[in-house]
Amino acid sequence: MPFGYASPEQIMRDKADYARKGIARGRSVVVLQYVDGILFVAPNPSRALHKISEIYDRIGFAAVGRYNEFEELRLGGIRYADINGYTYDRSDVTGRGLANLYASNLGRIFTESIKSLEVEVVVAEVGETKDGDAIYRLTFDGSVFDEHGFAAMGGQAEAVAGRLKERYRESMSLADALEVALTALTEPGGERPPVAQLEVAVLDRNREHRKFLRLTGARLERLLAQTSQPPASPPPSSESSSESSPESSSGPSSEPPSKGSAGSSGDTPPPTGPEGPVDDGSSPL
Amino acid sequence: MASHRDLPVGLVNRLFQNSGSSSFTEFVSSYAPELLPRRDEVLATPIGDQVPHATTIVAATFAGGVIMAGDRRATSGNVISQRDVQKVFRTDDYSCMGIAGTASTGIEFARLFRVELEHYEKLEGRTMSVAGKANRLATMIRGNLGMAMQGLVVVPLFAAYDADKDEGRIFSYDVAGGPYERERFDAIGSGSIFARGSLKKLYRDGASADDMAMTLIQALYDAADDDSATGGPDVTRKIWPVVGVIDADGFRRLTDEQVAGYVDQMLEARMISPDGPIAPLR
Repeated sequence: MPFGYASPEQIMRDKADYARKGIARGRSVVVLQYVDGILFVAPNPSRALHKISEIYDRIGFAAVGRYNEFEELRLGGIRYADINGYTYDRSDVTGRGLANLYASNLGRIFTESIKSLEVEVVVAEVGETKDGDAIYRLTFDGSVFDEHGFAAMGGQAEAVAGRLKERYRESMSLADALEVALTALTEPGGERPPVAQLEVAVLDRNREHRKFLRLTGARLERLLAQTSQPPASPPPSSESSSESSPESSSGPSSEPPSKGSAGSSGDTPPPTGPEGPVDDGSSPL
Repeated sequence: MASHRDLPVGLVNRLFQNSGSSSFTEFVSSYAPELLPRRDEVLATPIGDQVPHATTIVAATFAGGVIMAGDRRATSGNVISQRDVQKVFRTDDYSCMGIAGTASTGIEFARLFRVELEHYEKLEGRTMSVAGKANRLATMIRGNLGMAMQGLVVVPLFAAYDADKDEGRIFSYDVAGGPYERERFDAIGSGSIFARGSLKKLYRDGASADDMAMTLIQALYDAADDDSATGGPDVTRKIWPVVGVIDADGFRRLTDEQVAGYVDQMLEARMISPDGPIAPLR
């Protein structure tokens, strides 16, 4: 029995603050379109506890926040997809349906429970063509955002999204997209996570049956080696000229993005120090 | 698509409760049992003869994999009800199953089994072991025993590539379950006695996938030769047996052109010697 009185506004605000703080403690996850589908990248030191997962033939899932909470969402999503695919047809399972299920579940928990879930989720679906791709980002209160091209969430989501926005181009190759994702996930001047601490997966529309594929081991290393070969990845300046975000002065200095991308030898810091606003997790998403 | 909104809140919540099991079938039986193949209803009279039945499936191992082939005929009593029915199904990247018996139940089993394997894989983050897959299928067959007694018999043949051993494995079942692991080759269905006789003579240890595909086509032809419920290659309609190959690269179904090539080669030889290749006497 709650003691005393708090207004509904106050309660909701407190819950939202609580959830945001919880989410902000973790690291970011990036989801973006590339020419053959959708790429998921997450720094994740664990080999077994995944942040990225397959839900169904064309649908992938990525999450940040409390593991036990988003794991429950993941399992529920798989059950929902398998039930519907078995009841009707495999093509009748859609990312939109799944996003709606998550949204209603998250929304209900946010309003009805004392503690809201401390999670943020991306549901991505790969289509026959790039116009059929869909990326839905869901927040702890059940809001759904239909993202175009890319999405970032987690600890420093704002900064990461800013860096993504600067460099993202349509129809990038897989290697380029991975390069962009890693650059976005790395603070300017920071060191990239080593290969062993990266969780990378794709939804590749050219695959048969199930489109989801985890990139690990030698395959991932080869891909990372590809990204670092052309020393300066395509200059971001042309695309990002329209938005002059504060980071653009510090981030895209000519070569640092590709310097340490092989993961192993990236111990030389780029010339510029971190001078953009580094998100310390205190600001809301 | 019926969305979750059609469902009562309690049912939606159950999607998010940890049931403690990675089995899709077990989950569905608590969530929406009506979706599963009928279990314990008893019909007034056996209806087995009125429902289309499917017939001969053969499988054999080769060096580094396993291959499965099935004819295309479905019969209801003495009537050919369909000429191009599919009885060999890919169940995941490294396994497939063939069905003999009641076609409808068999197709349902194949569909359910595929979801069962994928569900486990997604929930657990690892692929089920080959023995695990074979056992899951056995449980599903056992659940159908009541219906089998009514004539709705379905018997699968299961083949999978075992990555740990780098070889193909074959499992067969009876209506009460199984699995029985088979060395080298096996056949199921009404034409299986003839196919098995043929395979016994033609099987060679360590053969290539190509040779073994030819062997299976020969065996299917021998089965169709002596069993009225097994269809041979339909040359005029260009309906060819379904042939699936599984090796380290995963499952692939041979294209119609590839199978037609084997069939042409075989038919040409059979023009001269109708009973097919002759195995050495000693």
